[in-house]
Amino acid sequence: MTTEVSYEDVSESHDAHEHGDHKPSGFLDRWLFTTNHKDIGTLYLIFSLTMFLIGGAMAMVIRAELFMPGLQLVQPEFFNQMTTMHALIMVFGAVMPAWVGFANWLIPMMIGAPDMALPRMNNWSFWILPFAFTMLLSTLFMDSGGPAAGWTMYPPLMLQTGSSFAFVVFAVHMMGVSSIMGSINIIATIFNMRAPGMRLLRMPMFVWTWLITAFLLIAVMPVLAGAVTMLLTDHFFGTNFFNAAGGGDPVMFQHIFWFFGHPEVYIMILPAFGVISEILPTFSRKPLFGYSSMVYATATIAFLSFIVWAHHMFTVGMPLQGELFFMYATMLISVPTGVKVFNWVSTMWKGSMTFETPMLFAIGFVVLFTIGGLSGLMLAITAADFQYHDTYFVVAHFHYVLVPGAVFALMAATYYWLPKFSGHMYSEKWGKIHFWLSAIFVNVLFFPQHYLGLAGMPRRIPDYSPQFADFNMISSIGGFAFGATQLIFVGVIIHCVYKSKVKATDRVWEGSRGLEWTLTSPPAYHSFVTPPLVTHNMLSRAD
Amino acid sequence: MKKENTIIVALAVLAAIVAATWLILVAPGYTGNHINMTPGVTELSEEHYDLHMIVLWVCVVIGIGVFTVMFTSIFLHRKSRGHDAAKFSHSTKAEIIWTIIPVLILVGMAVPATKALVKMEDFTGAEMTVKITGFQWRWKYEYLDQDISFISSLDPDSNAARQLNSGIAPESIDNYLLDVDHPLVLPVGRKIKFLITADDVIHSWWVPALGWKRDAIPGFINEAWTNIDKPGTYRGQCAELCGKDHGFMPIVVIALAQDEFDAWVDEQVAKNNVK
Repeated sequence: MTTEVSYEDVSESHDAHEHGDHKPSGFLDRWLFTTNHKDIGTLYLIFSLTMFLIGGAMAMVIRAELFMPGLQLVQPEFFNQMTTMHALIMVFGAVMPAWVGFANWLIPMMIGAPDMALPRMNNWSFWILPFAFTMLLSTLFMDSGGPAAGWTMYPPLMLQTGSSFAFVVFAVHMMGVSSIMGSINIIATIFNMRAPGMRLLRMPMFVWTWLITAFLLIAVMPVLAGAVTMLLTDHFFGTNFFNAAGGGDPVMFQHIFWFFGHPEVYIMILPAFGVISEILPTFSRKPLFGYSSMVYATATIAFLSFIVWAHHMFTVGMPLQGELFFMYATMLISVPTGVKVFNWVSTMWKGSMTFETPMLFAIGFVVLFTIGGLSGLMLAITAADFQYHDTYFVVAHFHYVLVPGAVFALMAATYYWLPKFSGHMYSEKWGKIHFWLSAIFVNVLFFPQHYLGLAGMPRRIPDYSPQFADFNMISSIGGFAFGATQLIFVGVIIHCVYKSKVKATDRVWEGSRGLEWTLTSPPAYHSFVTPPLVTHNMLSRAD
Repeated sequence: MKKENTIIVALAVLAAIVAATWLILVAPGYTGNHINMTPGVTELSEEHYDLHMIVLWVCVVIGIGVFTVMFTSIFLHRKSRGHDAAKFSHSTKAEIIWTIIPVLILVGMAVPATKALVKMEDFTGAEMTVKITGFQWRWKYEYLDQDISFISSLDPDSNAARQLNSGIAPESIDNYLLDVDHPLVLPVGRKIKFLITADDVIHSWWVPALGWKRDAIPGFINEAWTNIDKPGTYRGQCAELCGKDHGFMPIVVIALAQDEFDAWVDEQVAKNNVK
């Protein structure tokens, strides 16, 4: 236990103007009309945690139905609605808004800016989301039920959706508008509001990864909007974009969707790379290894993400040349990703490590994300993918990169920065219990799915042959336990914010570097009202 | 920290990680469950299985290497052992090495992967053609050379048992969810070409023992081929979400010796003529 804990009021020593925080007094003024990056960040984080629990509840329904062969709980149609909604909620409602929430809180504090560049747009980009997701969730109560064609929404199946169809499309449009505005704001903030001395190649890795993520979002969210709009006109206005009988092509939808969808995968994981690159140096008490190559590797991954989309659809019957191109390009991604993993391990090497909860989640991330990355390399091999495709092997792969990948990084970030945000330390004991239970059960949940997929179990089926029974039951038990474990996470957060009596110091962690740690814990409502002078030793990078 | 200590710790960590790898990749197989891809019964399926095993082992070796270094560090370089942090923050040499070596490994993997793909796309020399059409939620098979066609659906026993709260134990049904009323009958030892399409939404025709799946897309015709080595019954399922009964449109292929297949064809043709 190396956390520096101070019981005195740390804010005493700070400038008088940081006390005049001008917080709006009324509840609506404070939260509905807020333009403050910290409040908006908090709103995003609360929203995404709520969505994480709702999406998680849907996963529990899925795992409960798959607990044993035969249908015991739900009809196949409802099962398909659960898989579809689970994915849409987790991708667009939980992971993406959580990263935008951390971006809102951290980017201004990390680059020495008083707020985001476009505060009113910031308010709007958040407040679209509760409406979008209320509408999306309301489809479950419509006559036709919710969307059931998978989050990939492939036509012609998606066009068979009943009355919920237009609501789903409109919800996706709204999420896209929110993401695009959030990204514009982040890019404008990073390019225009850095404190003197905060040159681009001195920025913290989290700021770098978010800058690149924001460009990905602006590039691909309109593509998704275009794809679902074409679905909409095919459904209601007699166009034939995806209807072969009218001269269209259903496979074209898949190309357009995955041109969005593959960068989308990196939108969820690049900020995670940034967080891990902040946390490992802090608890290794050693600078990040290869800062510049980390930046270039991130940019390379982002570039490659635009030219690998068709590896999601190797079985649609592409020409040989196309299959070869997408196989080679996909294999190439493992090079910059490998550089990142090697750099993280080198950051830890010969450090002076301690293992507080954020560090445990970061190490869990590196190990389990690497496993997910390696199964990704297997999936890149086109001919072998003819067997893997659309099986539980794929389900295991993308859950490894998203749950112990992106979600573990989000949890690491929460434990790492929540003391800064709230001014109080969380319970280290319960944080560690949360980590160990999560780390064990996430593997019980997802590792057996590799076996199921290789043994021949297709994904997105509500019932299965008894030969798959054993590992489905183990996976379900892991799923229930992992889901229950996340209630500890909620408890730790509530305790930290409202009950914890242990005040956090400004630095919070012995090895922390970077501008946000020079502020009080919690920071004043308006921080860096005058830009700080960035000196070399404030930053987490050394070379 | 003395160098010998580092090596001893690294070897102990390596042993532990190898044991853990065995525990998760090999041991579950002893439960009697299938945990690996089938080598199948065709040239293509064996090739795809071999590729899978090559890349799996490459991944296992890389993973063991990375995790050994990492956990050695976690064990040795901790503050509680009094280890002081080093100051280094980059090494151009190391970074060049760990960029180039993965590229070489990838090139090594790309060679067999390319060969397998080229073979999969080589349709020359096909001796008979079967057209497969996916419907919600059944398959139609048309033997273009023999003038036989029929529809293949989930067998009635499975269908009764799979209803919500049917009260019928799935284990009591032979080949639950993997049996059909009219299986696809094929000869062994002949190159058979498939033309795959669909009538309503996208489906995907997959029999693991044949080594591949191919999407059935309405309005388009996909091609694939097989050449089955061994007589037997091979089961698969639709692999592309196609609506509520996606999980209930299995595929059964019965591979027969050529003379038995010819007899089957005669029987089918005779049956058609009676009608």
